[in-house]
Amino acid sequence: MVGSSSQLENANPLIYQRSGERQVTARDEDEELHDKIDDREIFDLIRSINDPEHPLSLEELNVVEEVRVKVNDDEGTVSVEFTPTIPHCSMATLIGLSIKVKLLRSLPERFKVDVHITPGTHASEHAVNKQLADKERVAAALENSHLLEVVNQCLSARS
Amino acid sequence: MKDSLTLLNRVSAHPDSRCWFLAWNPTGTLLASCGGDKTIRIWGKEGDNWICKSVLGEGHQRTIRKVAWSPCGNYLASASFDATTCIWMKKTNDFECVTTLEGHENEVKSVAWAPSGNLLATCSRDKSVWVWEVDEEEEYECVSVLNSHTQDVKHVVWHPNQELLASASYDDTVKLYREEEDDWVCCATLEGHTSTVWSLSFDQSGEQLATCSDDKTLRIWRQIKSGEEEGKKDPTWKCVCTLTGYHNRTIYDVQWSHLTGAIATACGDDAIRIFEEDAGSDTMQPTFSLTAHMPRAHSQDVNCVAWHPKEPGLLASCSDDGDFAFWQYQRPE
Repeated sequence: MVGSSSQLENANPLIYQRSGERQVTARDEDEELHDKIDDREIFDLIRSINDPEHPLSLEELNVVEEVRVKVNDDEGTVSVEFTPTIPHCSMATLIGLSIKVKLLRSLPERFKVDVHITPGTHASEHAVNKQLADKERVAAALENSHLLEVVNQCLSARS
Repeated sequence: MKDSLTLLNRVSAHPDSRCWFLAWNPTGTLLASCGGDKTIRIWGKEGDNWICKSVLGEGHQRTIRKVAWSPCGNYLASASFDATTCIWMKKTNDFECVTTLEGHENEVKSVAWAPSGNLLATCSRDKSVWVWEVDEEEEYECVSVLNSHTQDVKHVVWHPNQELLASASYDDTVKLYREEEDDWVCCATLEGHTSTVWSLSFDQSGEQLATCSDDKTLRIWRQIKSGEEEGKKDPTWKCVCTLTGYHNRTIYDVQWSHLTGAIATACGDDAIRIFEEDAGSDTMQPTFSLTAHMPRAHSQDVNCVAWHPKEPGLLASCSDDGDFAFWQYQRPE
């Protein structure tokens, strides 16, 4: 894990409870109905992403919350706000990148994925948001094998 | 209005990859495309179909971001995320990489030839713009490193008939450069966009410049010659028009047709739009109208729009979906 050899930036984060499994309704199981992708589905895709520093998920650290996920299936847009655990978190870009990569890999290509920091929760909010929105820089970053390995670690399922 | 832009052809150019950029050769007989698959493809028309004539796959180790033809049409330059620029020479049936230009610290984002063909400009995420000179032996020498931008430089283009260079950056500005006593200097900074400037294009006269941005606006700038001191002082550039409210996401490319004066844009909302200056509009306060809008021109972001250099109204576009497409534009009555 990144930073595991050095001092942790936020040694004692608050830990939040994980949400339960999605309640499957009769409508979900009806094969005749077109199931639009909803906020909960997007949240389920990202809530188990590992934090780069702690052996905890983004959901357990309250970095991602279902209320900060907005999807519009008809327009093909997904917007996710994430909240760094501390305002100077140096991992903010990496966390945002992991969320973005997870969604780009999981969703149909027609979706436009926007990932932002929750307003007012990070010192470099504007710079991080701009970096995450720049698909050319995201593409270049993902060609960096070291960085890609770190992102894949964040996205890998925990045993 | 929708009928003013008609789809002619759609080609899967870089399957399973992004198609980042397109460039017509000066006579318009060949189109070069490049992409995330690290290749350049050269396309030519046979009958009604566009055929891939060559695949240039050996030059670069990473994404090829942009390509540019020399004014003579015999050379192609390619800018890559691998921090190099390759120069390819056209042979009878193929292309050969004759030179690799090194020096940038990281990703090269754009490359452009001066109208004389003796100068080449490259720009990079390392925040610099390099000017290269080509001598008679076809050796390339870096004659200037311009560090005026404070961030990633996205695009470079030359003035259509002067040795004036323009660059667009992640620092939200556009800069212009010219040679002064054997060195290159930044002679103007165009401020106004509120986010990354992705691309820019001069009009045919070179007196106007169109710029497009992550701020979802298109801006038109005009060169203002300083009256008395003409010839001494650099002209200033003034933003004479801002087109707001037409684009829903980042505008990745803009190109001003030198044949018709129409301006095409490539947008992250998958659409292609075309604007034209209104008849009789004031030079210093011009107004432009949206004359074509093609929503879902591609199934993903449109990355580039390129007007054919000889056939008025023929437009090529390419997308994250790996395709390129050809369109015929007809100004609405």
